[in-house]
Amino acid sequence: MSTAAATVVAPPRAGLFGSLSDYFWRRPRILVLLLLAPPLLWLGIIYVGSLIALLVQSFFAIDEFSGIVDRSEFTLKTYGELLRPQNLDIILRTVGMAAAVTIASAIIAFPIAYAAARYLKGKWKALFYLGVMLPLWASYLVKIYAWKLILAREGILNWVFENLHLTWLLNAWLSLPVIGGNSLSISYTGTFIVFVYVWMPYMILPTQAALERVPPSLIDAASDLGATPLQSFWRVIFPLALPGIIAGSIFTFSLTLGDYIIPQIVGTSHFFIGMAVYSHQGTAGNIPLAAAFSVVPIVIMGIYLWLAKRAGAFDAL
Amino acid sequence: MQPAVSFARVSRHFGAVRALDDISIEIAPGEFFALLGPSGSGKTTCLRLVAGFEQPTAGEIAIFGEQVAGVPPYRRSVNTVFQDYALFPHMNVAENVAFPLMLRKLPRAEREKRAEEALALVKLAGYGARRPGQLSGGQRQRVALARAIISRPKVLLLDEPLGALDLKLREQMQDELKALQRALGITFIFVTHDQGEALSMADRLAVFNEGRVMQTGTPEDIYRKPVSRFVADFVGSSNVLAPDFVAEIAGRRAWASLRPEAIKLAPPKGGVVDALVVSRAYLGAATRIVAVAGGTRLTVVVPASQAAPDEGAHVGLAFSRDELHFMEAEA
Repeated sequence: MSTAAATVVAPPRAGLFGSLSDYFWRRPRILVLLLLAPPLLWLGIIYVGSLIALLVQSFFAIDEFSGIVDRSEFTLKTYGELLRPQNLDIILRTVGMAAAVTIASAIIAFPIAYAAARYLKGKWKALFYLGVMLPLWASYLVKIYAWKLILAREGILNWVFENLHLTWLLNAWLSLPVIGGNSLSISYTGTFIVFVYVWMPYMILPTQAALERVPPSLIDAASDLGATPLQSFWRVIFPLALPGIIAGSIFTFSLTLGDYIIPQIVGTSHFFIGMAVYSHQGTAGNIPLAAAFSVVPIVIMGIYLWLAKRAGAFDAL
Repeated sequence: MQPAVSFARVSRHFGAVRALDDISIEIAPGEFFALLGPSGSGKTTCLRLVAGFEQPTAGEIAIFGEQVAGVPPYRRSVNTVFQDYALFPHMNVAENVAFPLMLRKLPRAEREKRAEEALALVKLAGYGARRPGQLSGGQRQRVALARAIISRPKVLLLDEPLGALDLKLREQMQDELKALQRALGITFIFVTHDQGEALSMADRLAVFNEGRVMQTGTPEDIYRKPVSRFVADFVGSSNVLAPDFVAEIAGRRAWASLRPEAIKLAPPKGGVVDALVVSRAYLGAATRIVAVAGGTRLTVVVPASQAAPDEGAHVGLAFSRDELHFMEAEA
């Protein structure tokens, strides 16, 4: 009997690795815990910890005369500062820009993502991924400075408009209030173009992934049941792609909310939230106000995700 | 009478692949018509041409006399039950079923009323508020059916609708589909690779192979008088006899088919041929045995009232030579 049993059940494996892997097979939860421990520690301590520290800072206030941060009591005074017109301006400007960039990215990204998801296969799909990701391999600063040159009054865009005899159109655009300016490189329009360009891959990829998951038979079915192409789009394709678009918009919206380099290099000299944070925690030495400013994008993103969830954007996931 | 759907010398080529090659079929109004064939034989392409998802490379398709070349699916009074059901995951059952009515901007109250009626027709009354993901395969299929018939199309297309269901449910659905078709009077065109399903459900059927129609006829025609070896083989259950064997027993060199139930068991040397029983399968109402006679395998169905021989037994096989069906076409 014992010899028969030995041929069925092999003896326990020898050595540290052998016995460890046998142990992990019996206790898969321990293995999962070990695999996730380093990132969880990082996320928990380094990231969430710093976030809490930041949050705490925002409840202190700076003494207006001495310029010293008063850490003896918690106060909402700094948040009150945010509501002063010049600070509220910064917040509204940043949120407005982020919203415009997100909407434009979604509109431009959708046809690209749709074509890739439905029509490209094999080698062409690989080329699509390469084409979308390639710009991410180049330095962000190089791209922004390149855009500054493209958009400048002496830049190539002006030259193109001139040669097409469309300078009047460009000038008409630049003479518009708020979004216009002396040249594209020092206008909100320029900032907007560069934001859209730089964050575009983050919108295309999730949208494409969502569209790829829509079975072609659903689109056939819509058409079969009488939906014109436009009705198919709004009733079937768009709702099913929405989780992907929302995922992309989380990237474009939050990246724009937090960026402080692009508006510094291309655009007007008006502050965005990121620039305000940078200057308050640096030269101005007003850490509480910088912290309060940093909390704004977090709160906005929280509200945004909550609204998206309520609108059923994640129902099809 | 004007056909419900007519294919006149229709071809559909994908590059060098001839998915459909010069087929002509006429389907009568109110008919339950099956397209039967192995996978890749062109039957689904045929269905997609009627629905309008594909356009023919050559030939003409008419639906109730109207040419449909270049007419998109949404302008055809033809609805489809898809193989994967294609229910919209972001809508509940009632919204799925009422989708065609919503597109035509019917008032909500009427949509809800008609969706509930259509659901009742497929025995799913009261399921309107559920999501497709909460339903079983059989229920999803019924929802797809309700959605396809709610606007009373002229022609209903069903693409392997029973393929994903288990046996018991499949048999039940076969009966229900037949009953529904009779109640609605809509022309049903049904794609299947299951010969039993095609024979039991269809009024008439077309057998496809490699993009061509091999035979069109009633189930009885196809079963009793297959025109070619392929049809006899694919429709199955019938014995396909090679010319050499047929020459020996009937004095004529041709492929022939012989139905299993036409063969009677006899003592050795008491029938037309002697055979050795190589397998036996108990089917309940009958026993199916396979016997080999001179290198030819013959299936025989023995009713439960008779004793079936064991494996390895020597038997005689008796049948009338009139039961041999000679096949003209050499396929």
